[in-house]
Amino acid sequence: MSHLYEHLPALQVLVPLMAAPLCFLLRKEALVGAFTVAVSFVCLGISASLLGQVLDGHVIVYEFGGWPRPFGIEYRIDLLNAFVLLTVSALAAVVFVAGPGQARRAIPPGREYLFYSAALLCLTGLLGVTITGDVFNVFVFMEISSLSSYILISLGRERRALMAAYSYLIMGTIGATFLLIGIGLMYQMTGTLNMVDMAERLQHVNHTRTVLVALAFVVVGISTKLAVFPLHQWLPNAYSFAPPIVSAFLASTATKVAYYLLIRFCLGLFGLVFVFETVGIDTLLMPLSVLAMFVGSIAAIYQTDFKRLLAYSSIAQIGYMTLGLSLATEAGVAAGIVHLFNHALMKGALFLVAACVTWRVGGTKIGAMKGLGQRMPWTMAALVASGLAIIGVPGTVGFVSKWALVSAALEKDALGLAFLIMASSVLAVVYVWRLVEVAYFATPEGEIEKKDAPLRLLIPTWILAGASIWFGLFSSFPMRVSELAAAQIFRVGL
Amino acid sequence: MTIERLVDHLATHWNYLAVIVLMMSGLYIAISRGNLVKKIMGMNVFQASVILMYVSMGKIHGGTAPILVEGVPDVVYTNPVPHVLMLTAIVVGVASTALGLALVVRTKEAYGTVEEDEIVALDRADDEREMATERAERRAAGAGA
Repeated sequence: MSHLYEHLPALQVLVPLMAAPLCFLLRKEALVGAFTVAVSFVCLGISASLLGQVLDGHVIVYEFGGWPRPFGIEYRIDLLNAFVLLTVSALAAVVFVAGPGQARRAIPPGREYLFYSAALLCLTGLLGVTITGDVFNVFVFMEISSLSSYILISLGRERRALMAAYSYLIMGTIGATFLLIGIGLMYQMTGTLNMVDMAERLQHVNHTRTVLVALAFVVVGISTKLAVFPLHQWLPNAYSFAPPIVSAFLASTATKVAYYLLIRFCLGLFGLVFVFETVGIDTLLMPLSVLAMFVGSIAAIYQTDFKRLLAYSSIAQIGYMTLGLSLATEAGVAAGIVHLFNHALMKGALFLVAACVTWRVGGTKIGAMKGLGQRMPWTMAALVASGLAIIGVPGTVGFVSKWALVSAALEKDALGLAFLIMASSVLAVVYVWRLVEVAYFATPEGEIEKKDAPLRLLIPTWILAGASIWFGLFSSFPMRVSELAAAQIFRVGL
Repeated sequence: MTIERLVDHLATHWNYLAVIVLMMSGLYIAISRGNLVKKIMGMNVFQASVILMYVSMGKIHGGTAPILVEGVPDVVYTNPVPHVLMLTAIVVGVASTALGLALVVRTKEAYGTVEEDEIVALDRADDEREMATERAERRAAGAGA
């Protein structure tokens, strides 16, 4: 048993990877569904255990085949990626409970196992990107998760889902290839692929143009995956035409992992001094983040589709995260990390609400949501709870992250920035209110029949909506872990 | 940098010149073409340029295959790691091409075309039809009341 305990880092990735082809053997939908949920809970258990092991600040280094760095590939787990691993596997576990949902319509009967298989591969890729300590591994795992997410997106009900998946494929592949070019240039200058080794050697060569170009390629590549404004074009279509369950999973995990990568590469590999003082990436990243906050929120206000509104809101929320990083202080990065966790909870909950709405009215047009407050009270209560979190009302997770972000901005004497963060929250009030107004104050045509979503959808929705209140009231756990993770990456490095 | 030095630079680093030309033309095709299949081909050219970049960076002048031969001490080896990495990158490229083409086939089935502008026009027509029916319904509801 203690033997197994030692190999937890490898199992974190191997369990979902091995489970994906096993779905083909099980075939029966009920069986595969239960199996996928079981696997994702095993992953959750593993990442919880890993986080428990690194909470005291030590770093787990797992060498594959016993080959020490720089020869072998190692998995390296510190507080930052342990926390991201926990977020990703927790969200996966909760969302997988809901099953394929609307995706089922696009799947030929009896082929549901393919959906679960793709979902597990996507989870494998995301966990792999997060856990690995080898830069080329990052690229490979990123492509595993991306390829399976293109499949999942293409399962949407409308034919537009195909084009959404296709444009994401083109953008995503270009982004990943940019990352690959950047990694190649870094390898050229350092002769190693191991992150720790590379970070050390980069310090000696970071005056060269090659490293500068590498930084540019890496940042643009990751930003494409992260959907940093103005590289966000793929996101609204992908999230609004994908099946709602898939949007819930991707919105709360894929962009989060990309954000983690951005922190890892900028602060861990290239180093704070080089990225923020020599190159001064914050002069670009900060205005773009602020623009994302406003453009995303304003675009969200004008949407007529619930899922599309949520997608634009995601762009704004990603802006908050990158703003935290662009402050280049410990408090700013901690705010970004805690928002990563908090946004995963609330956006996951909102997309699951969209899944419930789709189940009931067959679509997510806001016009079709009239009177849903009476027709499906539990679902709409979840919408209100997580909507308040998106706004940042005290007592919700949104408040925790905005508080952290505003205090980080004030710590840097950036009063204007703090004001802009508040102002963009007001925009969130407008788009959340539009939903609440339609759901509670518009009278629907025809009879009002009270019929809520099935428990299979409602329970995951409420777990996430509840969590976005719970961690708003008792925020010490995510806040403390994020602060410690930021402190570790600032003081110890990598 | 004088012209002579530039020419000299290009003559000795022509592999990187090839990488840059391939990279930019691939990226341009992937962005500018309206045909979905051509976009994927552009993406392929783009990926191929990266493969060339990695492979040429591993090569050392006069370097041989990294095989240890007894009795021959001072041999310069070519670095095999970038070549091995590219095996993986080729697999990834093939997978994304296959998936992209599969999506194009499905798009052709659903829309009857693989031209992006025609697909956008079809989507727009769908939107307008939907809005028209919505308006008609609202008018009918208004008349009923």
